[in-house]
Amino acid sequence: MEKKEIKFVLNGQPHTLEVSPWRTLLEMIREDLQLTGTKEGCGQGECGSCTVIMGGKTVNSCLVLAMEADGQEITTIEGLAKGEALHPIQESFVEHAGMQCGFCTPGMIMSAKALLDKNSSPSEKEIREGISGNFCRCTGYTKIIESISAAAVMMKGGK
Amino acid sequence: MEDYSVIGKRIPRVDGRAKVTGEARFAADYSFPGMLWCKMARSPYAHAKILNIDTSRAEKLPGVKAVLTGKDFHGWKWGWMPKTRDEGPLADDRVRYLAEAVAAVAAVDEETAEEATELIKVEYEELPGVFDPEEAMKEGAPLVYDHVKNNVSWEFHMDFGDVEKAFRESDLVREDRFETGRVITGYLEPPAAVAMWDGSGITIWAAKQSPYFVYRHLAACFNLPLNKVRVIQPFIGGGFGGTKNDSLAGDFCACLFSKMTGKPVKFMYNMEEVLKTCRRRHNMIIYNKMGMKKDGTITGMQSRVIADGGGHTAIGPLTMYLTGCMSTLPYKLPNFKHDAYRIFTNNPISAAMRGHGVTHTRFAAEIQMEMMAEELGIDPVAIRLKNAIEAPHETINKVTVHSCGLSEGIKTLAEDPAWKDREKKKGSGPVAHGVGLSGTAYLGGARQRGHQSCGAVVRLCEDGSVDYLTGATDCGQGSDTVLVQVVAEELGLGVEDVDIKRVDTALTPCDAGSYGSRVTVLAGEAAQKAARDVRDQLAAFAAEQWGVKPGDIVFRNRQVFVKGSPEKAMPFQKLAQAACYSGSGAVILGRGYSKYGIEVLDFDKGIGNAGTSYSFTSQLSEVDVDLETGFVKATDFVIAHDCGRPLNPINVEAQNQGAAIQALGQTLYEQFKMSEGKTLNPNLVDYKMPLSLDTPDIRVIDILTDDPDGPYGAKEASEGAIVSTPPSVVSAIHDATGIWFKEQPVTPEKIVMALKKKKENKG
Repeated sequence: MEKKEIKFVLNGQPHTLEVSPWRTLLEMIREDLQLTGTKEGCGQGECGSCTVIMGGKTVNSCLVLAMEADGQEITTIEGLAKGEALHPIQESFVEHAGMQCGFCTPGMIMSAKALLDKNSSPSEKEIREGISGNFCRCTGYTKIIESISAAAVMMKGGK
Repeated sequence: MEDYSVIGKRIPRVDGRAKVTGEARFAADYSFPGMLWCKMARSPYAHAKILNIDTSRAEKLPGVKAVLTGKDFHGWKWGWMPKTRDEGPLADDRVRYLAEAVAAVAAVDEETAEEATELIKVEYEELPGVFDPEEAMKEGAPLVYDHVKNNVSWEFHMDFGDVEKAFRESDLVREDRFETGRVITGYLEPPAAVAMWDGSGITIWAAKQSPYFVYRHLAACFNLPLNKVRVIQPFIGGGFGGTKNDSLAGDFCACLFSKMTGKPVKFMYNMEEVLKTCRRRHNMIIYNKMGMKKDGTITGMQSRVIADGGGHTAIGPLTMYLTGCMSTLPYKLPNFKHDAYRIFTNNPISAAMRGHGVTHTRFAAEIQMEMMAEELGIDPVAIRLKNAIEAPHETINKVTVHSCGLSEGIKTLAEDPAWKDREKKKGSGPVAHGVGLSGTAYLGGARQRGHQSCGAVVRLCEDGSVDYLTGATDCGQGSDTVLVQVVAEELGLGVEDVDIKRVDTALTPCDAGSYGSRVTVLAGEAAQKAARDVRDQLAAFAAEQWGVKPGDIVFRNRQVFVKGSPEKAMPFQKLAQAACYSGSGAVILGRGYSKYGIEVLDFDKGIGNAGTSYSFTSQLSEVDVDLETGFVKATDFVIAHDCGRPLNPINVEAQNQGAAIQALGQTLYEQFKMSEGKTLNPNLVDYKMPLSLDTPDIRVIDILTDDPDGPYGAKEASEGAIVSTPPSVVSAIHDATGIWFKEQPVTPEKIVMALKKKKENKG
């Protein structure tokens, strides 16, 4: 199969790219677009390190083919901050020690964003469910949950 | 207690912003023009002789630039001690575990490299394997190394007091067999590196939690002076001991490929390689015997420990040492005998993991002590308070404790509603609630043989900003933040004024590594001294200008002033500039290195301090056990933790929470399933680590003891809870079911079977 041209919007910017049929969305983001904030952990859709938002939903970008991005809107971790100003979820993760080694953090924050976009005041249980596809080996999740909870409050305050 | 302005505050991580924006670059995020990819060819046998390797087909594949086999390393081996150097970059004559690397390929892209590995033809003569450590010790068992009798990789024998006499004089003696599981550290970032070998030597961006290990290994392997090996540390996606504290086939091969091709070479292991071939925690069998008086006083303990070491020695001798030397804490133990055996098998290599060595034997001793207390009708709080040591204390094997918050921790937990109201919560339906307690110790500032000290350099810039150079690695634990706090505190600055550089062996002072909870204690001491060196140089300059004594100069809130004469004051920035521009002394550099805890240790007999200070962790765990399915849900943890003084309380909480959950996994479900050396669950679906829905709420209570020697009273804070969690969870399961489980992980299957047996026995 030949390479195919796809068009998509990534972090607000329109892109046109030729991709091979077997290229994954993760490879396209990390290698073709050189956006290395999105991580490859297990490469099998289990760890959640490669989570990005596509069409308003979180996907494991290691399991999605790049061609499926055609016509889609995608957000990666690099698309959250506005210039110097961090997104409230990012700010909250820093403030509440929501990360340690930082490897799961981009994927975790994308899952948190997808959750808060749909549900502006999630309960603790809803937060736990919202990030249940993302492994973290460092934090034990307590401070991640606190970070997301505090971010929800910040975002409701209009930040 | 002194009034500090930065130390002891809940300061957000200095690397936080880089990590939440995706800016933080990990090893796999580095790439260079013309870069090649390196992949390993791995053995399909757990134990076999390598008769011949034919690489010709791989070499002919378009895109392949070079191929390596074990012979290209000319017999070079590495290991933790000179006499245990038994691991080569690639196996050359024999493979000793399944998927051990036997050859490597460098190609223009990852897919081509992968394809080429499949074209390498290796002729093997399969050898009988041995997979159970107790079988491997028997006469006539297949030998993993022909010269190693009974496959004993390492053994320790420690003998203090008279255990036989102690048992004779005891009112109760118990003997039990305990077992701990075969688990992995579980970092999410697979090992990776990019290596470049050019006229200036080797430069490697490698995912290492202790970059100075690979620095020395590469210099030794390629016979280079150390100033020709430059390890630059990217951000590290979790370490937890073992693999990222050691070198890998990929490191050596990427370097040699770069030399051969003149190109940068990258490798990245996939998760299957991580789970099949990377270092794991030793699984151990512990035969434990304990004596007790009627009043609960422990009289003596004898342990026989057998550990599955896998195919090479790695850091195993230290693991075995720690299983014994720490058994005399945290309870008074006047008689103690310990026989520890690390056994070679044809399983993947076992090595260090957070809670190194200690988590095994403390689990056995803690559970056995509580079983005996139960027999004697003594409550879990009382048995611990009866035997807990108090500082200052010297154990029978001359471990010296200068601060100890164990009793206070246990008393604090005993007053907690989670403990006091435990009978009310028991429940009567199919789900039973249980609460368990534990009291444990862990060493901080751990030492290996050889290089022990941490160094630090503080460089003052002319505008008053400060560069801090350390060889200590932050692999996620937060040490960069704590060390910046130390430098800022000493110079009266804010954390924003101090920049910490990532480790670069060409620039940063040599450091033993990030293991054994040594960074805060030892790198903290070095940072304190280096910052004070700068402060002293600035104070001398200011004192001369003001005509006062240097000792009267105070540094605080970015101001410098004379004690008692507030009119003599200036901003730190102004003093820095004046001092940097003064006379000939324009280079203001502070140097420091740690000296704490370097007295002699008798490694052979198990006498002396393997650490510099000791943390004490007591824990309450609450669980719900479904009596029909055996499913255990941990609902609440309360951890009373004595780390002397938390230098950054939010970080200390985070360390405790993370360690407790890592331990929860190994207690309840994590385990490699093995068959004849084959790992049956080498993926994160079948190897289960805790997810957000599995974890309890965790409260951390700081027990302040202000260690007299640690920087600002601090001791270790990252490993205590991985030791305190397993016994408290198992004790909680006992509280809910009435059954003592002695083998980790305590799976639903084991619980259901035990409940069934209990019912049958009653019936």
